[in-house]
Amino acid sequence: MTEPTRDTALVLKLEGITKRFGALTANDGITLDLRKGEILALLGENGAGKTTLMNILFGHYVADEGRVMVSDGAKGVRELEPGSPHAALEAGIGMVHQHFTLAENLSALDNILLGTERLASVRSARAPARQKLQDLMKRSGLTVNLDMRVSQLSVGEKQRVEILKALYRDARVLVLDEPTAVLTPQESDTLFAILKKLSAEGLGIIFISHKLAEVIASSHRVAVLRGGAKVADLATADCDRRQLAELMVGHAISETAREPGTPGATLFSLNTVSAGSGRDALRDVTLDLKSGEILGIAGVSGNGQTMLARVISGLEPLKAGEMQLDGKALAASDARSMIDMGFARIPEDRHHDGIVGAMSVSENLAIEAIRKPENQRFGLLRFADMASRAKEMIKAYDIRCQSEDSPARLLSGGNIQKIVLARTLETEPRVVLAAQPSRGLDVGATSEVHRRLLDARARGAGVILISEDLDELMRLSDRIAVIHRGELSSADPAETLDRGTLGLRMAGHSTEDAA
Amino acid sequence: MSDIIDILLSANFWAAALRIATPLIFGVIGALICERAGVLNLGIEGIFTAGAMAGWMAVWLGAGLWGGVLVAALAGGFFGLIHAILTVPLGLSQHVSGIGVTLFATSLSYFIYRTALPDVSSPPRIEAFKPLDIPGLSDLPFIGPALFQQTPLTFFALALVIGTAYVLYRTPLGLAIQAVGDNPSAVESQGLSVYGLRIGAVVGGSAIMALGGAFLTMSAFDAFFFGMVNGRGWICIALTVFASWRPGKALIGALLFGAFDAFQVRLQTEVGSFVPGQVFLMMPYLLSIAALVVVARRADYPRALLVPYFRGQR
Amino acid sequence: MIRFEPRGPVSLPRMIGVSVAAAVVALVLAAIPMLFAGLSVFGAYGLMVKGAFGSLFAFTEMLTRASPLILTGLAAAVAFRAKLWNIGAEGQLYAGALAAVAVGTGWVSGPSYVLIPAVVLAGALAGGLVMLGPTLLKTRLGVDEVVTTLLLNFVTILFVQMMLEGPMKDPMGMGWPQSEPILDEAALPKLMDRMRIHFGLIIALLSSLAVYFLLKRTVWGFEIRAVGENAAAARHAGIPVTATFVRVGLLSGALAGLAGVGEVAGLKGYLTADLSPGFGYSGIVVAMLAGLSPIGVVFAALFIASIFVGADSMSRATGVSNYLADLIVAMALLCVLVSGLFLRFRIRFVGAPAAKEAAE
Repeated sequence: MTEPTRDTALVLKLEGITKRFGALTANDGITLDLRKGEILALLGENGAGKTTLMNILFGHYVADEGRVMVSDGAKGVRELEPGSPHAALEAGIGMVHQHFTLAENLSALDNILLGTERLASVRSARAPARQKLQDLMKRSGLTVNLDMRVSQLSVGEKQRVEILKALYRDARVLVLDEPTAVLTPQESDTLFAILKKLSAEGLGIIFISHKLAEVIASSHRVAVLRGGAKVADLATADCDRRQLAELMVGHAISETAREPGTPGATLFSLNTVSAGSGRDALRDVTLDLKSGEILGIAGVSGNGQTMLARVISGLEPLKAGEMQLDGKALAASDARSMIDMGFARIPEDRHHDGIVGAMSVSENLAIEAIRKPENQRFGLLRFADMASRAKEMIKAYDIRCQSEDSPARLLSGGNIQKIVLARTLETEPRVVLAAQPSRGLDVGATSEVHRRLLDARARGAGVILISEDLDELMRLSDRIAVIHRGELSSADPAETLDRGTLGLRMAGHSTEDAA
Repeated sequence: MSDIIDILLSANFWAAALRIATPLIFGVIGALICERAGVLNLGIEGIFTAGAMAGWMAVWLGAGLWGGVLVAALAGGFFGLIHAILTVPLGLSQHVSGIGVTLFATSLSYFIYRTALPDVSSPPRIEAFKPLDIPGLSDLPFIGPALFQQTPLTFFALALVIGTAYVLYRTPLGLAIQAVGDNPSAVESQGLSVYGLRIGAVVGGSAIMALGGAFLTMSAFDAFFFGMVNGRGWICIALTVFASWRPGKALIGALLFGAFDAFQVRLQTEVGSFVPGQVFLMMPYLLSIAALVVVARRADYPRALLVPYFRGQR
Repeated sequence: MIRFEPRGPVSLPRMIGVSVAAAVVALVLAAIPMLFAGLSVFGAYGLMVKGAFGSLFAFTEMLTRASPLILTGLAAAVAFRAKLWNIGAEGQLYAGALAAVAVGTGWVSGPSYVLIPAVVLAGALAGGLVMLGPTLLKTRLGVDEVVTTLLLNFVTILFVQMMLEGPMKDPMGMGWPQSEPILDEAALPKLMDRMRIHFGLIIALLSSLAVYFLLKRTVWGFEIRAVGENAAAARHAGIPVTATFVRVGLLSGALAGLAGVGEVAGLKGYLTADLSPGFGYSGIVVAMLAGLSPIGVVFAALFIASIFVGADSMSRATGVSNYLADLIVAMALLCVLVSGLFLRFRIRFVGAPAAKEAAE
């Protein structure tokens, strides 16, 4: 890519930004600048402080030290008022959050207009706004139906609305937080093509990512954050994948990957299962899982994988079809029965579904088996036994906590995931359902999760791995199926698949189209 | 059977229905505005009482009737502000805060009334609102007589329904309120203040609720009694769900409710001799529960209702 | 700018401190309406303390008033622990009282050791059944229980009135809508001669211990806590969420029903439709002041009872309305709600960043 020259006008400068949360230093004296028409990638693994930094830039947080300078047209640079999203917007900074900030009950148009008009106006001026947006859409290629309610839009369309929000306000700087997390590879390519076009028109762009490939392919410059500090700031042309990976993690990476295995007989299967309603519904899903294999489920978020996980977790009744274990239909499929039949379920939202934050680590480790004799007698809890077992698991799974009595909410995401792993895998389950098991975890915790899943596979368990991370799926899965609009493709051996094929299937193209 | 049809066709009946519906319209519109912004306001029962007492007392102390209405609205806004501060920036339980505001507003109203009038045996009366004769309107067949018997506050309530619908669906402010009740970060990311919008909506909504109370002491009756609100606030909370948080449906819901109530009062005179009066008195409450049950499965609650928002947290 | 930073585990002294502070702030704030009513603040509080603690009679009266408050407080505490918003303790109390009267006025006869348990059980059962409806509507149809329990208060009290003016009216009651008196064999025993304090207090204290034990030591208690703190995670972990709600609803209603039993079978001896001066609603304040702790409920109920009894006495002496007591209690609820923030967060006042810049 052609890089904007160093003397192009500065549009944004972060100076010595430091932000602490209690004992944690999320950002440690970070200095960063962005020039007109430049695409800067902010690279770092989860927890490196990327999102915190951007939240400070956008005024969601106030930095403890340092300041944000923005260009002020002809007048040079000025300091941005801290802690005010309003001021950030006024200064021409637009932000596309990882979790979209859209009101689902309003139309795309009203979402874009929100906050751009005086609240005291007696009427929302939709017509002129529509005109301006039509022009913007034509110029940028970001097309979306402006009158549709946001709840009706697809994930990709919502992202386009988010970008249009910024462009409508004539943003000079656009920040995107993990923009490709929810897109297919092809959609990601389209997005980056649009971003390049916008940058060529003078927009300064920062995108946050932990994916090396897209950083190398699509940025002019890359800043690497690690442990809250900036460890590198390089022209993308001068660096390679390996170098960036080591900068990001701080040491050479040894990625966990599976050894070839020999799957056994079919253990668990879904036969033409339908469940749920609306966007996330499952339609006639058939799946079979053999013992000793990892079956990967790929798909863009919002295509039914949440419902699939809920069904196998015993949280959602089936509308049609059946589930079979060892060739016999399940008599009951509530959460309790699934646990008792030997299903380990790792929920995708571990804070919401995985732990009871106000209860202790020990109680969270015992919760799935609270009615088992080891935890109660005559309905009375056996605290001493619970505590001693908790201590063992804390040790075995390296759960970092003050003690087994600490409330689980005080633990980090990685340690919370370890609680879930410990209590579900300790019972030597036959089937493991892992839904987005490494989402939001750092490299260390992620490789721990992967190791545990591979251990379960080696032990002969069947593992269903639902993930949006294609690298993770390719490394761990024996076979991969793709879910799209609630329908699941047949599972093919991972060796026969590549990112392009998976991407096309994730976008809903059938195998024949891909060929 | 023909008795029933006679009742339904009489203008008097519909006049009564509209009269019963009026305080509920105020209450539901007020509750709807709060809830659209994401805040459940269970202070409503106490705010009704405060509005009833404050409005009445202002007039009794010599203010004009509209002055009394203004005082009632201010009283409602005051208690709304307490609820808003506790639930919006402080993010405390909307349930408990609402109950607390109800207890506070009710006991404060009673205490002030008792302290101001320590030893009256029968409640003092004021000159209440009179039915309004609008030339032209009153001459309409059927509707005319039904409207003719209404006081200005009823017309104000009807205008309020239209005004609320317009603001909610057509103005930037209304869209922002709808957005803040659905996804507060959508509002913050566009540079608007989540707290400002929510506090404003709760204060404004509470002021409107209080007018429902004021209607009781300044229009339906001409005096203040202890316990006169008698669950009307809670009924409004149920009707708000029934109305799917829409002003138009709120009006229909309140009118339906008023019609049922007016109907059962008339039925009572027919069959009152062999059915205990309490059965009829229970009807409004049972009806409200029934209304909740009917819509329960498809109630489309504002997504951010009851969820506190803290800045920078997503 | 104010900043909230989450705290770690909460210590018991801090919990108690927060509740005491809230009560004190409410008492201080009550000076405003007192001054408005022309009272001398210290004089009025002096009268209130005397009215609640000044004599053996005053003290036993306060304890008598605390008995139903402990039970309605427990009803709210156990329900709120599971995030089941039972605001219907007032109605459940009446239902319990009605059942106690139905059983205890001659419908069954027998010695005390049969009749008293029968009356107590009937009251608890009736209270529980009244709460069962809203609980099932919540778990089966997703109907918000706050509004249904609130509305059922009115329905239940009207039903009681209907019974008192109809089938259960005392023929010897000179036309007043009241029930026949409870049989001597069915009445709860008095605890002291010439005082009104009765066995209901013992029932309340035992209930508090029982609820404490249930929540702390049993599987059911574990499940209640898990459901209340995070119902989604509890469901995911295989805990029977619906059954837990039903258990909690029945228990909560039963506790409120017991309060009604104590009031008719221990104190009044017969049922009228003005049995409770809002014990059900005050129970919410008691529970919140207690931080939803079953043991704390006892102390919170004693505090609220002394406000009520003290204010009654002060009101008789000064002629100032005893709605002052309700006002103090309401303010205590709002205060304890705010002070709860100090439990969950460390609250820091930080200078505005802009001001900091200017100072440099």
